[in-house]
Amino acid sequence: MTEGARAGDDVNVAQAGEPEAASRREPGDVLVRVRGLRKHFPIRSGMTRRRAGTVKAVDGLDFDIREGETLGLVGESGCGKSTTGRMVMRLLEPSEGTIEFGGRDLTRLSRGQLRPLRRDFQMIFQDPQSSLNPRHTVGTIVGLPFRLQKVTPEGGVKKAVQELLELVGLSPEHYNRYPHEFSGGQRQRIGIARALALRPKLVVADEPVSALDVSIQAQVVNLLDDLQSEFGLTYLIIAHDLSVVRHTSDRVAVMYLGKIVEIADREDLYSSPKHPYTVALMSAVPVPDPARRESRDRILLKGDVPSPMDPPPACRFHTRCWKAQDICKTQEPPLAELTTRHQVACHFPENMPTEDGAGEAVLLAKPAPADAVAAGEGAEAVAETSAEAPAETSADGAAEPVAESSTDSPAETPAAASPKAPDEAPGKDTPPTPAP
Amino acid sequence: MTAPIETTGVAREAHPEAIADAAGARIEGRSLGQIAWARFRRDRVAMAGGVVIIFMVLVAIFAPLITDVIGGGPTEYHDDLLDPVLNIPTGSFGGASWDHPLGLEPVNGRDIFSRICYGARISMLVAFLATLLSVVLGVVLGTVAGYFGGWVDGLISRAMDVFLAFPLLLFAIAIGSSLQGEAFGLHGDTLRITVLIFVIGFFSWPYIARIVRGQTLSLREREFVEAARSLGATDRHIIFKELLPNLVGPILVYSTLLIPTNILFEAALSYLGVGVQEPTASWGGMLSAATPRYQDAPMFMVVPGVTIFITVLAFNLLGDGLRDALDPRSR
Ligand SMILES: Nc1ncnc2c1ncn2[C@@H]1O[C@H](COP(=O)(O)OP(=O)(O)OP(=O)(O)O)[C@@H](O)[C@H]1O
Ligand code: SF4
Ligand SMILES: [Mg+2]
Repeated sequence: MTEGARAGDDVNVAQAGEPEAASRREPGDVLVRVRGLRKHFPIRSGMTRRRAGTVKAVDGLDFDIREGETLGLVGESGCGKSTTGRMVMRLLEPSEGTIEFGGRDLTRLSRGQLRPLRRDFQMIFQDPQSSLNPRHTVGTIVGLPFRLQKVTPEGGVKKAVQELLELVGLSPEHYNRYPHEFSGGQRQRIGIARALALRPKLVVADEPVSALDVSIQAQVVNLLDDLQSEFGLTYLIIAHDLSVVRHTSDRVAVMYLGKIVEIADREDLYSSPKHPYTVALMSAVPVPDPARRESRDRILLKGDVPSPMDPPPACRFHTRCWKAQDICKTQEPPLAELTTRHQVACHFPENMPTEDGAGEAVLLAKPAPADAVAAGEGAEAVAETSAEAPAETSADGAAEPVAESSTDSPAETPAAASPKAPDEAPGKDTPPTPAP
Repeated sequence: MTAPIETTGVAREAHPEAIADAAGARIEGRSLGQIAWARFRRDRVAMAGGVVIIFMVLVAIFAPLITDVIGGGPTEYHDDLLDPVLNIPTGSFGGASWDHPLGLEPVNGRDIFSRICYGARISMLVAFLATLLSVVLGVVLGTVAGYFGGWVDGLISRAMDVFLAFPLLLFAIAIGSSLQGEAFGLHGDTLRITVLIFVIGFFSWPYIARIVRGQTLSLREREFVEAARSLGATDRHIIFKELLPNLVGPILVYSTLLIPTNILFEAALSYLGVGVQEPTASWGGMLSAATPRYQDAPMFMVVPGVTIFITVLAFNLLGDGLRDALDPRSR
């Protein structure tokens, strides 16, 4: 009975009894619980295929996703976001760790055992060019979930597919067309229709808009938003910059080199980012409001992301962190809850409420500030600071970033470097913008 | 009607959102196959190759009917038309006449046209069946290697290397001469044709398998395969429903290009005496018989040589045309 009902037209079936509006803002029970998730890729070389090393693509993740909420996963290219997403989908076998979905550990299930559960978690792919089989019609593509899961929707597969197409803003007439006859944005909608066919609970979207034209990105993001409130979906949205997830996410996890360095509610994270890496990432987000743009620091991280084959010991960010001290190189900072629902893995977090007890506790845990020489060494991060900049980057006193006064020449701000961004972003609803 | 298709295609790319409204009347989409066919039809050279091939195939199939009308049977002796002293056909162009349009053989006086027609049967039969065999082997082993990877891939890839390094010609000659009498319940020409098909087929599968493996490797990484997997698709579904439809193009192209290679191979083996034996006609056998007499009976050598050349060229042109039509990058 579930099969018919799930695939049926009734939009409320999947989230029966749950008030729609509430499910978004007041997340329910934990739907996905990830613990100690690791993925190490062996790198083999030469004819003998001998093991030349290991890429620690994902190296110990813990996070929860609650029912109805959106978790945004951000980080630079190569930090292991896609690997995480694919492990949650179990398209990749984790090397270690557990992924509980609705209380069941997916990592222990065999392929056959997993098959019937797969309809509950679906994926939206990054590249609309490659996520649709060029030899299949739209009808076949969007109807595939029904066929593979042997679900017969009321009124037949064709009717269900046409309804799905309408749902994502395409015409039901497109049923017999081929993917190459569509634009990137439309193809992505087809991919979304396929992911929603079986009314999943969780949707993992790996950079769902980064391959799309800027003008279409906002539309697709809005569609995802609408679908979430309509079906009470839970999202794991992966993106490589913070502006994309800002629009949709309830919670945001920031990844660096296979680890989560900070995870917090969106408002909290954007108003008071605590991990230096998050601070740096956020300073690179284009700000639509010119007035705010001027009063902002921009932190340019020096150097590249270190190789995940040989990540730096202890705090992995220490090679690029302007606040790094000796302890950062020897002792790994645990991901600890510093304020309510705000976890950070850093010895010297930023934006700590100083009068607050929690902040003090962390400060007390720190060793005595290193001497001036050490501070100088750690302070190689280049920061562009506007004239009236708040002194937060140097507030710690331990490490003074090489600050450069740039009296608001707009050409140097990241927002100005990204040509289309500011005009299209009136108000707070920042449409996702590509990295400049 | 060809030009407008291209322009509407471009227009659609530029204003994709307009499809819904503009389409109206024409709802059926055009598959990549249909697009390739439309492109192929405009390729005159490839079309000419295709026509020649169809002609050759028809000649092979209807050889008995054709030779009833012109030329007579392939083993009929027309001694009366030979010069009794020199044993070469009387008249110019190797004795060409209305009855014998391509002349006659020296010594035996058999009709060359009718032997070419019958020789086409052997060439086509061996080339097509050997190619079919190698395509079946190549596609199965190539997809398995590319899709499953790991040690399976290692094993199959090494096997390919071994087969490609094999001194095939020597092997074929050895087998051909050792299987003179009766084997596998077959004898005579049937046995020899079967041996040719299997030897050629078994040794040319790596060409197909390599292509298919490479294509499978890259297709396997495409996100639509992940999408199918994330819906719980079995390996069988992925291979047959997701990958193979995308492999049809390259398989078609490379088998079309393999056929002429196999025609040449069959001709070479027949030339060397491994193929069908006298008095059965084959192109390679005719060439071989003509070689010692090329001075006094040049037509005897030119006709099968030109026939082989035209057939092989036609297949190559068709294959190249197919490749151009099916290659998505040329779109
Ligand atoms: N199959 C694989 N074999 C070996 N290494 C891999 C494999 N897949 C990913 N990696 C490596 O793992 C690391 C993380 O890759 P991943 O694709 O998860 O990054 P990402 O955060 O999604 O980056 P991007 O933003 O570029 O998509 C990279 O260094 C990558 O090279
Ligand atoms: S301050 Fe230390 S622990 Fe915190 S991010 Fe920088 S290097 Fe890592
Ligand atoms: Mg990725």
